[in-house]
Amino acid sequence: MLKTSQKKPEKLIDENDVRLDGRKLNEVRPVKIEVGVLGNADGSAYIEQGKNKILAAVYGPKEVHPKHLALPDRAVLRCRYHMAPFSVEERKSPAPSRRELELSKVIRESLEPSIFTEYYPRTSIDLFIEVLQADGGTRCAGITVASVALADAGIPMRDLVSACAAGKVEGRIVLDLTDVEDKAGEADMPLAYMPNANAITLLQMDGMLTSEEFEQVVNLALDGCKQVGQIQKEALRAKYVVAKEAEAEKEEAEEGEE
Amino acid sequence: MSSIMASRVRQKRIAQLISHGKRLDGRGLTDYREVQVEAGLIERAEGSARVRLGKTEVLVGVKFEMGEPFPDVPNEGVLTVNAELVPLASPTFEPGPPDENSIELARVVDRGVRESKAIALEELCIEPGKKTFIVFVDVYVLNHDGNLIDASCLAALAALFNYEVKEGEVKIKPGYKPLPLRNYPVAVTFAKINDKLVVDPWLEEEQVMDARLTMTVEKDGKICAIQKGGYGYFTAEQVFEASKIARQKAEEQRKLVVKE
Repeated sequence: MLKTSQKKPEKLIDENDVRLDGRKLNEVRPVKIEVGVLGNADGSAYIEQGKNKILAAVYGPKEVHPKHLALPDRAVLRCRYHMAPFSVEERKSPAPSRRELELSKVIRESLEPSIFTEYYPRTSIDLFIEVLQADGGTRCAGITVASVALADAGIPMRDLVSACAAGKVEGRIVLDLTDVEDKAGEADMPLAYMPNANAITLLQMDGMLTSEEFEQVVNLALDGCKQVGQIQKEALRAKYVVAKEAEAEKEEAEEGEE
Repeated sequence: MSSIMASRVRQKRIAQLISHGKRLDGRGLTDYREVQVEAGLIERAEGSARVRLGKTEVLVGVKFEMGEPFPDVPNEGVLTVNAELVPLASPTFEPGPPDENSIELARVVDRGVRESKAIALEELCIEPGKKTFIVFVDVYVLNHDGNLIDASCLAALAALFNYEVKEGEVKIKPGYKPLPLRNYPVAVTFAKINDKLVVDPWLEEEQVMDARLTMTVEKDGKICAIQKGGYGYFTAEQVFEASKIARQKAEEQRKLVVKE
């Protein structure tokens, strides 16, 4: 059983700059991404980032319903970020909250710049993010896993979008805040990034930062995004490169038989 | 009738001018439109203010109620920000439950006030876990001509700044004093058009922009909230540039409300 938020510990960072979960200040939680985990979806992926467990599924490009939402020159991207009632300490009502509606909007806006929506006019690409377990930084992990799911769906993209938060906890600039660190800390800044375009596609912040701290936090978050980006690529390679090699081996074997 | 969308020719003109450092309405890239702040228009509300930002017009009312604190923070009062994009403000606004735009607007205003700790919420609690004041900040957009966020944040600040608890309206605990504001958050919004940042975009510029960035700055020049919107992106350099301009602009705007 996880009891993450029962009591706020006295110190979140010890004298050796080690955080509660044993990480260094500039360290991302362990990230594990699996590609193509759902049968029905056109593309899907699953991420574990620390205690966060999130599924993403992509349907489309497909016909738009209701029809009047269709755009003549590009696909519409629709996004739903949703948390399971059991994903947090105290049961969350399954009805979409204002927070979830806002996050659905900013996540959509963070991913749309990466997609060649103009290739699929009059269609929709529907993206569903389900948070199964939450421990801080779910919008970032959601974006990360959604971008992989979009790639898995074979949708042409300019770049993968990687996301990671940085912030300030007990006066220190830290990367990838957990729920406890976010709640007790002084600032949290989720950021999403497309490395090849040098483009920040999501930027939010709450807390208090001086201008120097602000620049440090942005740079640290960018660094986190780059680390996450590597793991995204590896996850995609693990599925597609392995699949391709298996196919090649099979062909070779068949040729040998002849 | 005013048209909903600027024509293509006009959109192109707006974007072209901006790449030459000019704007269609004659402003510089970091100039605000004319700002008017009027406080105390609604006598029934504990605090109220109307802000005019060019033709954009926002009315904010602050109401006080008694209620229960949230179970996870039993010693604190409650702050609730809500925004209504009422249909009389724009042909694009529809009646009905709040859509994602009004929710985003409310949450950006909320973040500025909350994160700057402008209201001493812990002083609002009367009986821990049982009884507290709830502050309702209701943002009412009356005319939409772009940059609702800055207008709403400024109006919310003005309404809170000029608020007073009247006798008879709310029962006040003996010896309890109306809250002074501890901080004055001001939002500064940028639009990115043709890879340039412009401050305080009006409606037609919002139709042309690639992306939007709001930085809320508190009284000591620290940044207390950020929100990026729109389908485009920003580079890190643009974000840093925006934070510098925002600090300077916020101070100018703050003076319109906070006269000390």
